Amino acid sequence: MKILVCISSVPDTTSKINFTADKSAFDKNGIQWVINPLDEFALTKAIKLQESQGATVTVLNVGDAVTEPVIRKALAIGANDGVRVNLDPKDSYSTAKEIASVAQNGGYDLILCGKESIDYNGGSVPGMVAQLLNQPFVNASVGLDVNGAEATAVREIEGGKETISVKLPAVIAGQKGLVDEKDLIIPNMRGIMSARTKPLQVVEPTSSEVKVQGVSYDSVPARAAVKIVSPDNLDELVRLLHEEAKVI
Amino acid sequence: MAVFVYAENINGVYKKAAFEAVSYAKAVADQAGDTVTVISVNPTDSSDLLYKYGATNVINIKDEGLKNFSAKAYAQAVSEVVDGNILVFPHTTDASSVAPMLAIMKNYSLITNVLEAPESQAPFQVKRKAFSGKGFMHAKAEGTGVILTVSQNAFGVKENAVSGSEEVKNLSVANEDTKVISHEQSSGKLDLKEAEVVVSAGRGLKGPENWGMVEDLANVLGAATACSKPVSDIGWRPHTEHVGQTGKAIAPNLYIAIGISGAIQHLAGVNSSKTIVVINSDAEAPFFKSADYGVVGDAFQIIPALTEKIKALKG
Ligand SMILES: Cc1cc2nc3c(=O)[nH]c(=O)nc-3n(C[C@H](O)[C@H](O)[C@H](O)COP(=O)(O)OP(=O)(O)OC[C@H]3O[C@@H](n4cnc5c(N)ncnc54)[C@H](O)[C@@H]3O)c2cc1C
Repeated sequence: MKILVCISSVPDTTSKINFTADKSAFDKNGIQWVINPLDEFALTKAIKLQESQGATVTVLNVGDAVTEPVIRKALAIGANDGVRVNLDPKDSYSTAKEIASVAQNGGYDLILCGKESIDYNGGSVPGMVAQLLNQPFVNASVGLDVNGAEATAVREIEGGKETISVKLPAVIAGQKGLVDEKDLIIPNMRGIMSARTKPLQVVEPTSSEVKVQGVSYDSVPARAAVKIVSPDNLDELVRLLHEEAKVI
Repeated sequence: MAVFVYAENINGVYKKAAFEAVSYAKAVADQAGDTVTVISVNPTDSSDLLYKYGATNVINIKDEGLKNFSAKAYAQAVSEVVDGNILVFPHTTDASSVAPMLAIMKNYSLITNVLEAPESQAPFQVKRKAFSGKGFMHAKAEGTGVILTVSQNAFGVKENAVSGSEEVKNLSVANEDTKVISHEQSSGKLDLKEAEVVVSAGRGLKGPENWGMVEDLANVLGAATACSKPVSDIGWRPHTEHVGQTGKAIAPNLYIAIGISGAIQHLAGVNSSKTIVVINSDAEAPFFKSADYGVVGDAFQIIPALTEKIKALKG
């Protein structure tokens, strides 16, 4: 079985988000880059399938050379090889097109993604990839088993869960629950050493068409100073919520 | 040309997010002097509910094959009836799974997590949430067709009654790639993303046995419950309640955070809440910087007392 895991390189979760002075772009100064946390669940699931079923795991990132450390980290976690499409992606569509193009040539049985990246929060790439490849798509997956040419996926629905059987090849977008938080793999020294020699192929993009542009960006306005209420005066809190904020 | 909107239902019953999407579509249509056409799959609810928010036409897709959800089959069905340049979806799990597939089928631009009415319609430009609530992006669509997903509780549900009419479309879309094996839905539980009030607790609660008082407070407020990430990681609460950058992003009118420190990753999922109340024993907890109201003290004393006072108010 061949698995393709799509990872995105995003600002570390503790990053303060700043924009350039003219507000036309995200300010990358001083940012630490990490594997998108939701993609880590997908990657770990793939490594588990590698261990249990002998699958080969390829990680794919659409990004410029700056993202290579993140791909190496995925290799250190256990992926067999990596592909980088040499394009600083501008929107979900252009990213999905490049992923679909790599997937088309690779004959993968399963494409795993995180359900959303924590930078632009598009939540669009996995579904777009599935449609570009004309494959079934399961979003928000919190469980996955593979048996031959079929997979059983559990997806989160509002107020519950649904278990679905899916014909492979398919695209599955995962989140926390796909594997347990405690099972996420932290690369060890051996992994880090071997990642240096694993193949990382760089391919050029197939097109540069963009469908959505970020014209400008704003920071979130600060809230007014907090009003502190004494624990001995909860009547006042109730009054403020009822009369001032009008939320109860 | 009409503005189209996909009204999501669960077991035939419209979700609040569907009414919000219709309200949003009505605002878009009003800007352009258009009308709103709703598309829905196998609803049992009356279309009158949709006219109330501004829908002039309702197209009810009837298809036994779509009894179970499949992103691809639903996208196929919607693509067969949509006939306009603007299509609005709610940003729910299901609708936001259908939207990207449909965007490819129709060759439309897709803008997700939309917060406000469009800034302009030609070119189409709108404000959306980005960086997990740590920033906003003004996104411009290329080309003429655009699909939007509207962030839940952002635009709000706005009554805007019109007289409308309904049309039934019988389809039989092939749905062979996926098969639902089992479906578990807990009834009666308020949906976290739709809830107007959310009571949330963190590691400060010390253990799962202490969640009774959190639920009691939620009950008197008609609120949904949530938790911080470590709480769901340890298994004190189900991961479906985990809010934050790596959990659910929510935007209720009132968010009450109890025994939660207010780490940047937690804030990312909740700072779109309109009013934030923080209850924490540590006066230096970072969450107080992002709160509207704060109480410094022991949750174990404050929560039961607060519950009684709210009960008294609600009488
Ligand atoms: C990649 C990554 C992603 C993450 N994503 C998320 C996310 O999506 N959501 C999230 O929540 N976190 C996330 N985190 C974790 C986040 O950094 C914090 O660790 C977490 O939010 C802390 O949870 P907490 O506030 O419940 O616990 P703690 O940090 O332990 O804080 C507990 C608080 O309770 C208070 N307290 C203790 N006793 C009492 C009492 N008796 N009465 C009142 N108050 C009391 C304490 O003063 C303290 O402020 C993420 C971390 C990483 C690395």
